[in-house]
Parts: sequence; C-alpha cells; structure tokens
Amino acid sequence: MNREDIIKPENLVYRRTPVLTDNVMHYCPGCGHGTAHRLVAEVIEEMGIQEKTIGIAPVGCSVLAYNYFEVDMQEAAHGRAPALATAVKRLKPDFFVFSYQGDGDLAAIGTGETIHACNRGENITMIFINNGIYGMTGGQMAPTTLEDMKTSTSPYGRDTSIMGNPLKITELLAQLPGTCYVTRQAVYTPALVRKCKRAIRQAFENQKENKGVSFVEIVSNCNSGWKMTPTAANQWLEENMLPFYPLGDLKVSK
Amino acid sequence: MTEEIIIAGFGGQGVLSMGKILAYSGIMQNKEVSWMPSYGPEMRGGTSNVTVIISDERISSPVLSVFDTAIILNQQSMDKFEKSVKPGGMLIYDPNGITRHPERKDINIYQIAATDKATEIGISKLFNMIVLGGFLKYKPIIQEEFMRKGLEKSLPERHHKLIPDNLKAIAIGSEIIKAYHTL
Amino acid sequence: MKELKLMKGNEAIAEAAIRYGVDGYFGYPITPQSEILEHLMAEEPYKKTGMVVLQAESEVASINMVYGGAACGKRVMTTSSSPGISLMQEGLSYIAGAELPCLVVNVVRGGPGLGTIQPSQADYFQTTKGGGHGDYRLITLAPASVQEMYDFVGLAFELAFKYRNPAMILSDGVIGQVMEKVQIGDYQPRWTDEYIKKSFPWASTGKNPNKPHIIITSLELDSSKQEQVNIRIQNKYKECQANEVRYEMINCDDAEYIFVAYGSSARICQKAIQLGREKGIKVGLLRPITLWPFPSKILGELADKVKGMLSVEMSAGQMVEDVLLATKHKIKVEHFGRFGGIIPTPQEVLHALETKIIGG
Repeated sequence: MNREDIIKPENLVYRRTPVLTDNVMHYCPGCGHGTAHRLVAEVIEEMGIQEKTIGIAPVGCSVLAYNYFEVDMQEAAHGRAPALATAVKRLKPDFFVFSYQGDGDLAAIGTGETIHACNRGENITMIFINNGIYGMTGGQMAPTTLEDMKTSTSPYGRDTSIMGNPLKITELLAQLPGTCYVTRQAVYTPALVRKCKRAIRQAFENQKENKGVSFVEIVSNCNSGWKMTPTAANQWLEENMLPFYPLGDLKVSK
Repeated sequence: MTEEIIIAGFGGQGVLSMGKILAYSGIMQNKEVSWMPSYGPEMRGGTSNVTVIISDERISSPVLSVFDTAIILNQQSMDKFEKSVKPGGMLIYDPNGITRHPERKDINIYQIAATDKATEIGISKLFNMIVLGGFLKYKPIIQEEFMRKGLEKSLPERHHKLIPDNLKAIAIGSEIIKAYHTL
Repeated sequence: MKELKLMKGNEAIAEAAIRYGVDGYFGYPITPQSEILEHLMAEEPYKKTGMVVLQAESEVASINMVYGGAACGKRVMTTSSSPGISLMQEGLSYIAGAELPCLVVNVVRGGPGLGTIQPSQADYFQTTKGGGHGDYRLITLAPASVQEMYDFVGLAFELAFKYRNPAMILSDGVIGQVMEKVQIGDYQPRWTDEYIKKSFPWASTGKNPNKPHIIITSLELDSSKQEQVNIRIQNKYKECQANEVRYEMINCDDAEYIFVAYGSSARICQKAIQLGREKGIKVGLLRPITLWPFPSKILGELADKVKGMLSVEMSAGQMVEDVLLATKHKIKVEHFGRFGGIIPTPQEVLHALETKIIGG
C-alpha cells in the first residue's frame, strides 16, 4: 500500500469527528478528559445535532473545553454550569444542552446548582468527570477524594475524621425525582469506552423526550495529580476508585 | 389641593385597602396620588400604616413625617401619630380599644365608632369603608362617582357586587362621625 | 394604547418585564422586592408571551441563569435586594467580562450584613464602583417614581444591548413599595430566534455550518490579549459616558444652593425645596438618573453658579464623593443622610442645608 492508497476514503478507519476542533488539547497525556470529549463530540455528530447543541464548560481542568467542542459553548463561573444550562434549555427548548464538569465544580462549589437542576428535572445532559482530585490547581483534595488518599492538601492521606468523607454525589442525585437517567462509567479500556459512549448517547437521546436530567459520571484518572504513570494510574483507578465508585446504571427511568 | 394622610391601625383592619381605594378613586378623579405602606414584619398581625397623598400637583416625597389628616384605629397608632398631625390639621379615631384619648388642642379631632357600628349592623368587613366615609365628610376631596370608579378598579371583579354595600358603608360613616374637639 | 394603573414600584418592574417582551426572569425572594416574582407568577407570562419565569434556588443560581440566557442573546433579568445582590457580584463580573447584556434590579435595603429590610441607598458604591472583581462598570439607572420603575426596564435593556454590558436599576424600599399611578404600554412581542440570530452574531444561537462556533467566555489566559479585552471594554465605557448621561434639574434656574439626590431621596428633596422656598431659600435639585455614567459635567457647570451643594443620600455618604470629584472643591459640598433604614424627613433635609451649607 502506498500513500495514495492509504488516503483513499474507502480505506479510512478512523477520523477525528468534526464536532471537535483542530485545537491541540491541553490535557496531560493519559488523562481521561480527551476520551470523554471525543465521546460527547461523536454522539453529537452521530445524532446530527451539532447546530442545535449548546455546551456549558466548567472551571477546573476542562475550563477550556469550549476550545475543543465545535458547538456553541458558554464558559460558566465555578460550579454554576447547571444554572446556565437551565436557562439555556428553558429559553431554547428545541436545543440539546449539556454541561461538562469536574468533581470540584459539580460536587463542591456547585453542589447547590447541581442538586437543584437535577431536582427540578431540567431537560439537560450532565457529564461529570470524577478523578478524585483537583487537577487544574495542582492536586488538592476534592469532595470525591478517597479516604486515606494523598493530595497536596491531604499530604498524609484524607483523614475523614478531620477532612470529612468522600461524597457520592451520583448516588445522591439518583434519589431525586428530576433525574431520569443516572449512570457511572469509565473510559480506561476500549470496552469501557464503547459502553460509556452508549451511555452518553442515551443521555442525549433522553432530551428528545423531555424526561429530565440525564447524568453521566465518568470515573477518570489524574496521573499528574496522582503522581503516577498513565498505566499505573489506570490500575490504581481500578483497584481503589471503582470499589468505592462502582460502575453501572444507578437509575434508568422507563 | 394637596391632602397628606396617614392611616394607621392593626393589620387586618383594612388599613392598606382603605388607602388603596382612596388612592384609586383619586386617580379616577384625575388627581396625582401616592400610597406608601409600612412593610415587613409589621404586616403580619402587628401595626400597619399607610401614607396616602392626593394632590392636584406632582407629588414630591411619598414618605412624610407630618400629615394633614391622621386616621387612627388603635392605641399604638394614637401614641405614634397624634403628634404628627400638622397644627390646624385633622385627627379621626375610632374610640374602640382606645385607653388614652387624643389630647392635642391645636387640631380638629373627630370620633367615629365604626367598629361598634359595623358589628351592630353585621358588616364588620366594611369597617374600613365606614371610617373612610367619616373622613370624606370633612375632607370631601373625592366625589362619590369617583369613589365608585375607584372601588371598581381596586376590587377584583368577583367582588364588584359588593360595591353598593361599600358605598352604603361610606354613607353610614358620614352619618356617625362626630366632633370630639374642634378649633 | 396606554393604560393607567395604580401599582407598586415592584409590580411595575414585573409588569414592564412582561410588556416589554422580556424572555426570562430568574430570581429568589427577598424583602422588600418579593412582589416582583409574586406578580410574575400570578400573571403567568409563560402563557401570554412565552416568557420564562423561574424561582431559582439562590441568588447565585439566579445570576448565573441570567448569564446563560444572556449568552443566548435573550433579554433576561433578575431582581433582588442588597444581601442578594452581594451574592450576585461574581456573576455580574463574569457577565460584564463576557460582554453580555442583562438587567439586574436592586431594591436596596439597609446594611451592612443582614441589616434591615427598610429602605436604604447604601449600595451606591457597590453598584457604581464595580461590586465584583475586575475593571467593569454597571450602567445604572435610578428611578424616582413607579412610572420610572416601569419605563426604565425598557431603557435598561436598550442600553444593555447597545453596550453589551449589564444594566442595573438601583431602586430602594420606598420606590419598590410605594403605589403610584403608572401608564403601562401594550404587550410588545418577544424577539424571535431569527431576529436574535441576525442581530447578535456574538450569541449562542447554534453553530453556523459555515462559521466557527461561538464561544461565550470571560477567560483569556494570554495577558496581552486580556489587556486588549480590557481596552475594548474601557473604550465602550467612554462612549457610554459620552452618550448616556441622564439627569433631571428641578428649580435650578435661580438656585443658590443645590440638593444632589437620586431615587427616593430626590423625592424627599423636592418636598424640602418647597419648604425651603417658602422660607425664601433659593434651592434646587439635580437628580442623577444615570448614576453610572454620572452627570459630572453638569455638576461642574453648576458649581460655577451656585454657592453650595448638599448630597442627600440614605447612606453614610457615598455619592457625595462623585459630587466632590465633579465640583473640584470650587464650592462647599457636604453630605446629609440617614441610614439603617431610616428615611430622612424633608424638614431634616432642609435643616441640614441651612446648618451644613448656608450657615456652615
């Protein structure tokens, strides 16, 4: 096979979805954010809703998500993405609206907005990246940091008697009548990536039927913040994060 | 003509609505009006008062410290507002529940036993209209036809059948009000 | 067809929002302005005009809902009173930074802290000097009547969209609670999505296949670019200062003394003018209608003609600083105010003029 053969359309095996921009992502090599972005973008492409989607970016590692999704994007203040998404969806009900937030944004500073958007049953999709740490600011403790886990603000491990407990916000949201679909996924193996994509697709499809909030948690790694190689981080995720944050659907409304 | 009035009593006596009907009737008669209530915790069962201004000219301050007329419907309001009547002004009060009657000698004071009268003839809800009738007898700033229009504007449609009763109560008020001390 | 109604200032804000064709209201109850949300819910504008009305979980959520709606090119607003407005400062800074139009109404009560629910004008600094972080301004309108509460909703949106900047109606408990007659206009249609798409190319209206996506953000990590953003915003503010100053002058023609007052204080000063002129004191009123941009030029001109000015505010003296800047110490300028929810009487105001300015 020469170069000309390789670039023929019929030999195309993979391409970047046009719902992602050409911008080089700033995420650390090995981070799950890039994969999660791609899955959301592919779902938007496959559903043919690029022109009818508005995304809300958070503050945190994915603060620049608006540079990567090739849909109209709004950059929220820290924790407030569900409030923006609420207004956008109510004012433009024929649009698909998603928020993309990390654990600090969604489960600490923005807990109020998260719970109330979910409880009101806003007809939106919320993507929640849980890596148990504040990556952007240099590896501080997050609300989802595991017990005994070391971070720069819990350097001897999270002592729950002093620092409180890790928050299972997803379990909490599954209890609310306004959520229609609550699921926990991961993206560190190809099989999990495929499964996660199906979940994200479902979370967007639900918007067509005005069912309420569709919430997809993605348990992810932070090899920089965890101070591990990407491979070791994935293994650590499986051995430590997943027993506390088990994968699977928490709520699927008919 | 500018008439600056304070109406003060208990929440539930219809203080605010009396003021509102007066203000709306003023608008109907092409006057400038303002209606400024006390607000906050006072609304809930405690004392309640409203400043109503009816004028031929643009109204300056909606909040006042002295008044042409004080309509006083409980003792706390007597203690608070008797001194706020301008010299030569008017104070109207319902003696029901009053333990210390007004003492000023430089103003005109009228008594209206509206509580007793309203109870006696079974129209306790129109107590405030009886009081208003008393006021209008000595300060006929609004004509009857505009009172009628003001009632139409300020009462919800479902209560419009009560307008004749309201007007009757106003008439009763003008009959039963009596001088207590006049200049 | 104009219709004449007796309304509270708060109700007038709500009615104006519906009739001017506002797209969304997001708010949280707080005294003394809860009638706004109550009136909107009672009127059910979502059935009449399609306007969205939502009681949010907090003032923080409210202002961020406004942010999201404004980013879509919609006419959106929130209202609150002082403590709630403090909670909104972060959001206001973001909205100003992202250069989005919106309306915020502050029916001011006394502070600091939880303070009192009674009227105050102690949020002047917060409103006109920034409030949130960063170099930004709020276009600030100060209504002194229920009619202006109604009219300024339309004007505020006009200015907010003209300059792509949040506008504030700075009212207080008096103007919010007082009932006066007000002429209300017909129902104006809400803007269509097509109109928004055509008129506001900066808004999130869905990606155009032939153009890059729209990004609404106040973040720019490259300082040289962020400086350019700031310069652009400041140039916009200069233009606003040149074009949008509004004020009212009452009895200024022959005046030897001037009250400077806005909102309900201006109403009290009008009464004080009557009382003063009865005593032969030639006093007038300069009422700033826009608190930012501030009517500095006219105050500077008046300073060449009059003997003194008294800034009358229900605060410990905030606007007086702007009056001093405008008059450049050419004449005597003093402040008189009551605070903590106490409303000064016209007699007190006149007395302050006599003692602090005329006899002072």
